[in-house]
Amino acid sequence: MKVMNCPLNGPRNISEFVWGGEVKPMPDETKLSDREWAEYVFLENNTAGVVREWWCHVPTSFWFIAERNTVTDEIVKTYPASEVFKARVDFAPKSERAKP
Amino acid sequence: MLPAFLPTGLLKYGLRKKYPAFRYIPGPSELKSHYDVVIIGGGGHALACAYYLARNHGITNVCVLERGYLAGGNTARNTAIIRSNYLTPEGVKFYEESLRLYRDLSQDLDFNILYSERGHFTLAHTDAAMRTSRWRAEVNKHLGVDSELIYPDDIAKLCPSLNMSEDVRYPILGALYHPPGSIARHDAVAWGYAARASQMGVEIHQQTGVTGLVIEGGKVKGVETTRGRIGAGQVMQAVAGMTSVVADMAGFKLPIRTIPLQACVSVPLKPFLDQIIVSGSLHVYVSQSSRGELVMGGSTDPYGLYSTRSTLDFKEGLLGHMLELLPMLGEVKILRQWAGMADMTPDFSPVMGLTPVENYYIDSGWGTWGFKATPVCGKTMAYTIANNKPHALIKPFSYERFLTYSQVGEKGAASVGH
Ligand SMILES: Cc1cc2nc3c(=O)[nH]c(=O)nc-3n(C[C@H](O)[C@H](O)[C@H](O)COP(=O)(O)OP(=O)(O)OC[C@H]3O[C@@H](n4cnc5c(N)ncnc54)[C@H](O)[C@@H]3O)c2cc1C
Repeated sequence: MKVMNCPLNGPRNISEFVWGGEVKPMPDETKLSDREWAEYVFLENNTAGVVREWWCHVPTSFWFIAERNTVTDEIVKTYPASEVFKARVDFAPKSERAKP
Repeated sequence: MLPAFLPTGLLKYGLRKKYPAFRYIPGPSELKSHYDVVIIGGGGHALACAYYLARNHGITNVCVLERGYLAGGNTARNTAIIRSNYLTPEGVKFYEESLRLYRDLSQDLDFNILYSERGHFTLAHTDAAMRTSRWRAEVNKHLGVDSELIYPDDIAKLCPSLNMSEDVRYPILGALYHPPGSIARHDAVAWGYAARASQMGVEIHQQTGVTGLVIEGGKVKGVETTRGRIGAGQVMQAVAGMTSVVADMAGFKLPIRTIPLQACVSVPLKPFLDQIIVSGSLHVYVSQSSRGELVMGGSTDPYGLYSTRSTLDFKEGLLGHMLELLPMLGEVKILRQWAGMADMTPDFSPVMGLTPVENYYIDSGWGTWGFKATPVCGKTMAYTIANNKPHALIKPFSYERFLTYSQVGEKGAASVGH
């Protein structure tokens, strides 16, 4: 079985993981038209080559980031999402957001 | 003992010029500098489109460009299940038209595609699956498609090989029964279309990959190929797993992910399984080919990949469940295993029709379920190209549907059933 290195749990069988799709920066939804939001949600780069993706280790519900070659099926590296996302993302509607 | 003259007689026959090798399509030739229509990809969909362009619309200055060999992509790799018992009215109407074309296709092409009506059973093992089956049966019947929900006593009569025991992980509670469900010889479908299209003047170029597009002022003018640039009035792409890569040459993105789909066959067995059996809950399906092999598959791989490698995980997962349905297969060996690259959409419906680039058309998002749609895709895409407007049957499948939140959700009817 293929093995993936989970940043939290170490090397585990690939069947313990779920693929979450490409990492794309979330635009500010308050500034987008419905159409632009749909583009963000649905359109994919679907790159043939090295990509940066979300993966989840299911038994521990740990989401992290993997760099993977989608042509050779090689996992280049895996690391915690905190290496990319420095600040907390607030998903609450704007009116309910905590004031900074 | 064999008489001595036999082998030499055969040899002489074989070497005589009087009996040249038979070809369905002409051998390699030079590319022209310009075609009215260029079709990227040489699978069943592309060849069917070329055929209907010539036959229905009199457009014959057409070339089909295939980077590998003819119909060596998903057309060569699918498990050939044909059915129209989908979930949405848009889908049912579209696939039903494909079945209508398929039934006459051997006659139409004068080419035996070995179309074989078997009856298609989608097993339900949970209350949720029973509910979806009932829903599908009602939509199907309303649109004139032969489809009904049946219960274990009838399933046992119609599929005597199935294990109907309640002493299993997922007992069978019912099935959506679709008598017109069929299989056909996938290669013959592609070759039949190729042979007749080339007789009408269509050029088919293998070993000719498209590497770029010539676009001026938002309009496509030609294609770059591994054999040089050619001009084109109109261009269509039908490249399955490579859809996003080719669309990127045209400068647009799609709601598509490329994910492998694997399948395998057993050694040939005496005919014992007439039916096509699918189980959504167990993620398996099986039918017996005219050669006696059990053709088996499941759902797509757990992650995206541009590769046709096979895995042991797939085989283990598939066969564990298969043994629950058909326990007598315990001693049967697997003969071949393979994979194709499926172009998956989030709503399990295709992406077809016009694109943001003028005179550029797309037939894609066919994922794991596009073999059954080969004739209707050819016919409707040919119409769309000839008239530069989408055929009525494919309007719901436009690229725009994602941007206007009008998806055509077929997951319940297409995810394992293909
Ligand atoms: C294992 C498996 C089982 C399946 N089972 C079923 C089933 O039971 N029923 C069903 O209805 N469907 C099934 N499908 C889906 C079905 O096979 C496909 O949807 C259908 O065959 C797609 O046909 P196509 O002509 O669009 O693509 P393909 O046959 O894949 O043809 C595309 C062609 O484009 C060529 N190409 C790619 N890039 C370029 C380029 N840049 N230049 C030139 N050529 C290029 C490729 O080489 C390829 O030959 C299955 C698929 C798989 C993989």
